[in-house]
Amino acid sequence: MSNSVMSPPAKPSGSSRGLGQVVSKVPSRFLPVIATFVVFVATFGVGSARYEGFASGQVMANLFIDNAFLIVLAVGMTFVILTGGIDLSVGSVVALSTMIAASALQAGWPAWLVVITVLAAGSGLGLAMGWVIHRFGVQPFIVTLAGMFLARGLCFVISVESVSIKNPTFRDVATGTIELPGGVTITYPVVIALVAVIAAVYVLHLTRFGRTVYAVGGSESSARLMGLATTRVKIGVYVISGFCSSLGGLLFSLYMLSGYSLHAVGMELDAIAAVVVGGSLLSGGVGFVIGSVVGVLVLGTIQTLISFEGTLSSWWTKIVIGALLLAFIALQRIIVRRT
Amino acid sequence: MKNRLLWPVLALVALLVLNVVVTPSFFSLRLQDGHLYGSLIDILRNGAPTLLIALGMTLVIATRGIDLSVGAVAAIAGAVTCTYIASGGDPWIGMGLALLLCAALGLWNGFLVSVLGIQPIIATLVLMTAGRGIAMLITEGQIVTVDSPTYREVGAGFLVLPIAILISLAVLGLVALVTRKTALGLLIESVGVNPAASRLAGVKARTIIWTVYVFAALCAAVAGLMISSNVSAADANNAGLWIEMDAILAVVIGGTSLAGGKYSLTGTLLGALIIQTLTTTVYTIGIAPEITLVFKAVVVIAVCLMQAPIRIRVRQGVPA
Amino acid sequence: MTEPVVDMRGISVEFPGVKALQEVDFRLFPGEVHALMGENGAGKSTLIKALTGVHPLAAGEVRYAGGSVSFGGPAEAQAAGISTVYQEVNLCSNLTVAENILLGREPRKFGRIDGKTMRARAAEMLARIGLHIDPGSVLESHPIAVQQLVAIARAVAVDARVLVLDEPTSSLDVDEVAELFRIIRVLRDEGVAVLFVTHFLEQVYEISDRITVLRNGRLVGEHATATFSRIDLVSAMLGREMGVLEEIERRTGTPGDPLLVAEGLGRKGSVAPFDLEIRSGEVVGLAGLLGSGRTEVARLLFGADKADSGRVLVDGKPVHLRGPRSAIEVGIAFSSEDRKAEGVVADLSVRDNLILAMQAARGWLRPVPRKLADELVAKYMEMLDIRPANPDAVVGTLSGGNQQKVLLARWLVTEPRLLILDEPTRGIDVGAKAQIQKLVADLAAEGMAVVFISAELEEVVRIADRVVVMRDRQKVAELDGGAVGVDDVMALIAGGGGVEKAVAS
Repeated sequence: MSNSVMSPPAKPSGSSRGLGQVVSKVPSRFLPVIATFVVFVATFGVGSARYEGFASGQVMANLFIDNAFLIVLAVGMTFVILTGGIDLSVGSVVALSTMIAASALQAGWPAWLVVITVLAAGSGLGLAMGWVIHRFGVQPFIVTLAGMFLARGLCFVISVESVSIKNPTFRDVATGTIELPGGVTITYPVVIALVAVIAAVYVLHLTRFGRTVYAVGGSESSARLMGLATTRVKIGVYVISGFCSSLGGLLFSLYMLSGYSLHAVGMELDAIAAVVVGGSLLSGGVGFVIGSVVGVLVLGTIQTLISFEGTLSSWWTKIVIGALLLAFIALQRIIVRRT
Repeated sequence: MKNRLLWPVLALVALLVLNVVVTPSFFSLRLQDGHLYGSLIDILRNGAPTLLIALGMTLVIATRGIDLSVGAVAAIAGAVTCTYIASGGDPWIGMGLALLLCAALGLWNGFLVSVLGIQPIIATLVLMTAGRGIAMLITEGQIVTVDSPTYREVGAGFLVLPIAILISLAVLGLVALVTRKTALGLLIESVGVNPAASRLAGVKARTIIWTVYVFAALCAAVAGLMISSNVSAADANNAGLWIEMDAILAVVIGGTSLAGGKYSLTGTLLGALIIQTLTTTVYTIGIAPEITLVFKAVVVIAVCLMQAPIRIRVRQGVPA
Repeated sequence: MTEPVVDMRGISVEFPGVKALQEVDFRLFPGEVHALMGENGAGKSTLIKALTGVHPLAAGEVRYAGGSVSFGGPAEAQAAGISTVYQEVNLCSNLTVAENILLGREPRKFGRIDGKTMRARAAEMLARIGLHIDPGSVLESHPIAVQQLVAIARAVAVDARVLVLDEPTSSLDVDEVAELFRIIRVLRDEGVAVLFVTHFLEQVYEISDRITVLRNGRLVGEHATATFSRIDLVSAMLGREMGVLEEIERRTGTPGDPLLVAEGLGRKGSVAPFDLEIRSGEVVGLAGLLGSGRTEVARLLFGADKADSGRVLVDGKPVHLRGPRSAIEVGIAFSSEDRKAEGVVADLSVRDNLILAMQAARGWLRPVPRKLADELVAKYMEMLDIRPANPDAVVGTLSGGNQQKVLLARWLVTEPRLLILDEPTRGIDVGAKAQIQKLVADLAAEGMAVVFISAELEEVVRIADRVVVMRDRQKVAELDGGAVGVDDVMALIAGGGGVEKAVAS
C-alpha cells in the first residue's frame, strides 16, 4: 500500500493532499459504518419522497421511541461481537426482565429495588455465561443458547400468564414525554438508551477495558502476549451484554407496560442483525457502537416504511433485512479481501 | 468412540427410568386398529422432525459449519406444499416442489459458505432471517389449512407405526448407508478434522460442503412437511420455530463437536431422543410444560461440561 | 569485557518424551547483536521461551542483570526489560499504530485514555527508531515490514535492556531488512542487548557480533562472528551425522525423458524465479538451510502455492497449476514437511488416511471398494512396515515415523509419476528413516521421479542423482549426482563474498 514510509525523510502528513487522496485515505474500517449511514439516509429519503409527513422530526423521534430497547441490546451485543463472541440469550433475558419487573411490582416491591434486582439478574446471568465460556472453553454459541433456554424457562417458572404493570412510578416514566424544540417529543427510555450509547462509546474508546475489547477481537493471542487483561474482558463483555439486556428489558417493560414470557421472541436476531448491518465483523475486532445504533435505525426505518406503504405486507421486513444482512456481509468480504 | 456415547446413553436411561418410576405404564404399548400407541411411540413421533433436522445438521457441523436456517426452510417447505394443495394441486407434486425449492436454498447456503467463504453462522443467518419472510410471502401471511388425506399421512398417518417415525428412521438409515457406502463420510470427516491436509490430498472441499448444506436443507424440508402435515396447515411464523436450536443441541449432546471432525449419527439419534424424552418427562411428572426450557438449559450445560475437560487437556498436551 | 546482561547456565528443557534442550549455556552482553543459529529442532525457540518463562526449566539457571530470575511468562519478562518480537507480528492489526505501541500502558487523564498524549508519546518512540508513520493510522494499513518495526517500537517502548528478535526478517525484502538493521544498530549503540534469530547467513554476517550455534538441543559453540567462517558455521549447524545407510546402490542407467520442466517459476516474497528439469527415474535433491526456499520450491511445483511468474511443463506441455488437484491430475504428489498440520488427518484411521488421496481423486460418489482398500492397506502396511499393523488404528496415535509412512503410502497408492517429499525423514527414528531412504531409491529405480528435500546434507547427497542448492530464497547451483560431496554442497549453502561486509560492520 504505502511503501514510502520506509524511507527515512519524513513526509509532511496531511498538508498537501488532494481530495481524491483524502477520500481514498478513509480507513477501510470506517467504510461499513459509512455504508450503514448511507443506507439509513437512503431509506429515510425514499420514505420522505414517497410519503407526506415522513420526513418530520417526530417520525425520526418515533424511530428512537419504538426502538429504544433494541438500541440498548445492540450496544451490549456490539461489545460481545467485537471480541468475536456472540450472545443468543438477549431476547430471553429481555423477557425475563419484563417478567421479574412486572411480578415484583405486583408483589409490591418499590420501583428502585425492582430496577436493581432486574439489572443484577441480567448481569449475573451474563457473568455466569462468560465464566463458563472462558473457564471451560465451550463455544459462546452453545453457552448462550443454554442461557437463552434458561432465561425463557425461568420466565415460565415465574408465570405463564402476562402480568400487567400498574406501578405508578413505572407508568409515569413510561407515559412521560420530553418536549424538544420544534414540537418533537421523546420519551424517557430514549434518553436512557442514548445515555447507554454514550457510556458505551466512552468505555470502548477511552478506557483500557474498551481498547482491550478491540485487541481481543483483533487477535486474542497477541493481546495476551501484550500482557492485557484478556480474561477480564472476555468475561466482562458478557456481563455488559447481560446488563444491557436487562436494561433493555426494563425499557421494554415500560414500552409494553407488562411482563410476559413470550415477549421479545427472536429479538436476539434483531440485535445481531443491527450490529452486522451496522458494520461490525462477526469475527471480531471491527465495528462501532454508533454503527450498531444506525443499524437499529435502518431496521426501524424499514419497518416504518413498510407500515407507511400499507399495501406492502409486513413479511417484506424480514426479507429486506435478510437482503441487507447479505449486502453487508458481502461488503465486508470485499474489504477483507482487498486488505 | 464408545466413551463419547456413554454420557448421552446414561442421560437417556436415567430419563427413561425416571419416567417408569413416575408412570409405571411408561413402557407399555398397545395395538389399536392396527396402530401402535404408547409413550415411547409418542416420544419417537414428536421427536421425528428434530431428529431429521439434526441428521442434516450433524453432517454440516462435521465440516466445521452450522446451519441456522433450517427452521425457516422447514416453514417454507410447509408453506409451498400447503399453498399448492390449497390452490387445487396434487399433494405429491406440491411436496416435490417443496423439496426442489429447499434444495435450491441449500445450494444458496452452500454457495455462501464454500464459494464466497463466509462464516457459516452468518451465511445461514441471512436465510434464517429472510426465510420466514419468504414463507409468509408464499402463504400471503395466512395460516393455510388444507384438507388432503394424502398429505395428512406424512405427519399423522400410521403404518402400524406412525409414518413420521418411519420416515425419520428411513432417513437415518439412508444417511448411515450413504455416508458409509460412498466416500462421503470419509471426506466430510477429513475436511472437518484437517482442512489443510485435505486440500493437499486433493479433496474437493467445495463439493463436500455444498453437498452437506443441500442435504441439511432437504432434511429440513421433509421435517417441515411433517410438521405442517401433522396439523394439515402451514404456519409460516411458527412452524419449526427454534427447531434449529434443538437440532444443534441434539448434535452436540450426541458428542459431535461444534469444532467439526468426527461425527456420530447414533449420537445424534440419542441426542434427539434425550431432548424429546426430556420434554415428555417434564410433562409426565407434572411440571408445567413451559419449564422444559430450564431443564434443557441444564442438560446442555451439563453435557458440554462433561465434554469440555477433554478438550482442555488436549490443548494443553501440545507443547508450543 | 563487561558483565553479561543475560547469563543462562546448564539449561535443560523437557517435553513429554523429548529432551528439547540439554545443558545449554548462553550469554548475552549489553550493546551486542548476538545471532542464535540452528536448524529445525535445534532448540532456538525453546531457548528463547526458557528465557522468557514460557517453558519451565528441567535444570539450569537463568541470570538476568546480575540476579537469578524465573519469569512467569512473556509479560513478566517484558516488565523486567526483556522484550520479544516474533516472526508473525504479534500485534492487533485492527488497532492504530499508537495503540499497538502503548496498549496496556496508555497515558491516562482522569481515568480515561488521553489519545493526544498517547499519539505524541508513540510518535516519540517511532522517532527513536527513525520510523516516520502516522501514529494514528491503523496498523493493518501498513505493510508487514512496517508492522514488524512497530512491534520493535513497542518492544523498546518500555526500557528494554534485552531485545529478542525471533526470525523477524523472514518476510521482508532487501530494503526492509536494511531498515530493520539500521534500527537494530541504533538500539545496539544505546546499549540494548539484541538476540537475533534468522536463517539468512548474509544477515548474520552483516549484523551480528557473536554467534551461538545449537544442534539437536545441545550447544555446539559460541563464536565471534568476525573470526567464524561461513563454512564453519554451516558445518556446525548441520553437524556431520554418520549416514544411516552405508551405501545405496546407484543405478547406472541414464534417467528417462524430462517429466516436469519449470521455467522461471517463482513467487514474490517466497522464492526467486528458477528453472528446473526433472526426469523420470531420477531423484532430485533439494538442499539448503531452513528458510532457504527449498520448501517453497516444492509447494510451487505442486500448486500448493500459486506461482506469480514462469510456467510448468509436464511431458513438454504447459500445465496450469491452479491448486493441488490440478497437480494431482498430471501425476504429481506432495508430502508436506508439516506432518501434523498438513499431512495426517489425525482423528481418522490408518486405512482412511491411506486411501484419502485416491478417494479424493475419485470423488465421493465412487468409493474405493472395500476389498481394494483392504488390499492396498495390507500391501503398503507390509511394504513400509507400518506399525501397529492395524488398519483401524487412529493415525494420531502412531509414532512420527509411522505417520510419515502412512503419508507416503497415501501417495503411492495413487501411483504418481513425480513424488515430492519435503523432509520425509525429519523427527523419525533411525530405522524408519533407513526404510524411507531405501524406498525412495527403489521407487526411482522403477521409473518414478522423486524430489527429495532434507535438512541433512548427507542424506540428500547420498540419495539424489542431482542436487539443487538453495540459498536465501534463490536457486544457487545444480550439482550432478555421483561426483557431489557434502563439502561441495555445504560450501555452496554457505556462499561467499559476504566476509568483507561482516568485517566492515
